[in-house]
Amino acid sequence: MDLLGYGAFFLTTALIFSLVTLGLNLQWGLTGLFNVGLAGFVAIGAYTSALLTTPDDAARLGGFGLPILVGWLGAMVVGGVAAAITGIATLRLRSDYLAITTFGVAVVVQLVALNAQKLTGGPFGIGFIPRPFGGLAETPLLFNLSNLAVVSVVTLIVYLALEHLSRSPWGRVLKALREDERAAISLGKSARFYRVQAFAVGGAIMALAGALQAHFTGFIAPDNYLPALTFQVWVMLIVARAATSAPSSAASWSGRFGPDREP
Amino acid sequence: MSDTTAQQRAETRTPVLTARNVVRRFGGLVAVNNVSFDVRPGEILGLIGPNGAGKTTMFDLLAGSILPTSGEILLNGVLVSGEAAHRRIGRGLGRTFQIPRPLPNLTLIENVMLAAQGQAGERLLANFLTPRRVAAEERAAETRAIELLELVTLARLAHEPARVLSGGQRKLLELARVMMANPAIILLDEPAAGVNATLLEVIIDRIRDINRSGITFLLIEHNIDMVTRLCHRVLVMASGQLLCEGSPDEVARDPRVIEAYLGGAA
Ligand SMILES: Nc1ncnc2c1ncn2[C@@H]1O[C@H](COP(=O)(O)OP(=O)(O)OP(=O)(O)O)[C@@H](O)[C@H]1O
Ligand SMILES: [Mg+2]
Repeated sequence: MDLLGYGAFFLTTALIFSLVTLGLNLQWGLTGLFNVGLAGFVAIGAYTSALLTTPDDAARLGGFGLPILVGWLGAMVVGGVAAAITGIATLRLRSDYLAITTFGVAVVVQLVALNAQKLTGGPFGIGFIPRPFGGLAETPLLFNLSNLAVVSVVTLIVYLALEHLSRSPWGRVLKALREDERAAISLGKSARFYRVQAFAVGGAIMALAGALQAHFTGFIAPDNYLPALTFQVWVMLIVARAATSAPSSAASWSGRFGPDREP
Repeated sequence: MSDTTAQQRAETRTPVLTARNVVRRFGGLVAVNNVSFDVRPGEILGLIGPNGAGKTTMFDLLAGSILPTSGEILLNGVLVSGEAAHRRIGRGLGRTFQIPRPLPNLTLIENVMLAAQGQAGERLLANFLTPRRVAAEERAAETRAIELLELVTLARLAHEPARVLSGGQRKLLELARVMMANPAIILLDEPAAGVNATLLEVIIDRIRDINRSGITFLLIEHNIDMVTRLCHRVLVMASGQLLCEGSPDEVARDPRVIEAYLGGAA
């Protein structure tokens, strides 16, 4: 029984990581945008949702005690906007500038998380983040299983939405831009506009994953969002792409749309 | 005779495309040097000249992929020289490339469908908010794409990835693809290069058919036979400058043209 609870806990964490990987796969796999600061976008989501949903705390700004769902949506909006701004600022330039800038975003977010105590609780982080099914905390197994169910549903919805998009005319434009930018431009597609969109949606998904994680553990701190997180997700994406036959969602999706597919 | 009146009428109408004193430098090299011309509605205008004359550079300028160092480009009387390249096709200008640029991992039909303009499904949210409209537009685009692939004899390869195509077939795919956008004028950069004799006849026929349906062409070509058969008028470029213009016969006899080609070869 304990094992079952642990299994549920482990699966939930794995699913949250796959969610981040889905976001990265939209940016890199489908669009060819190199994000080496994804931990920053995950952190933005976690802190946004925590700020919106925690009960009022005299020591810092907020919390605003809003429903969890509002926190998640807020996380997606803030994460998406942050990614859009990053994209708009850099995608006019050569693509390496985007990579450098995303790294910068992660560093800045980390610094803000550590030092803006009034906003983020500083090194001690934010606790008492409301947990979905918090009432079940007395029975860990049930609690873990319900969390797993929620995270599964969210991951599935995101996965299906991305599948739908990748097959849509919108996804076709992204693929075309990645294959031959000049040809796509000559057919009326704005490279920058579509890349910013893909980057923003990817950022929103990463932020959503950060928010889910925050509500799942109930506590966040700057240490959760070190560059190691970025590294782990990249490893996941690469492994998933290598094992295209694996039934993991990330694998099937990225395997088909990896950027360095045979010409 | 009706041809000449049509021609005369065309001359008085606003040109589809105008280049005015266009200059483009690459460092010290002046690839296009003070070139001015009009493309009249409904004509097939040839652009010939020896290798390195600046023809493709002129196309890149007209299509907006590079910006002129100075000078102006007008599409249907509207100044577009400062506008981003992706906006040209919405204004009715389509182009193909000297070295074809098919999207290799997209199927032929996807290549063609990509060129449809104003598709709702190219807007992110429309795919979730108005899925029916997106699906209906996709079906219509697919039907049209198949027709165009049939026109260029590639329909049986519709669901193959474009990377399997031969050089000549790639030229045909680009023609079908640019047609999908319903442009008013199409710039073709050496549509006959690397194309076998049979396919060449297909291309010539298709260009003529499409032109009869009202679409204007500007055509770069080294194949003089094709130029003579297709073009109403020909511009000759050499060393970045416009050397002369006239009917295909006039141009072919012009001693300056002969000298430019021989000089280029020497
Ligand atoms: N991006 C560039 N940078 C530097 N020089 C260039 C560039 N593009 C073209 N040129 C030069 O400009 C000149 C004109 O080239 P262009 O490709 O326009 O010739 P062309 O008339 O199309 O020749 P061809 O018949 O061989 O295709 C050439 O000398 C070429 O080397
Ligand atoms: Mg050329």
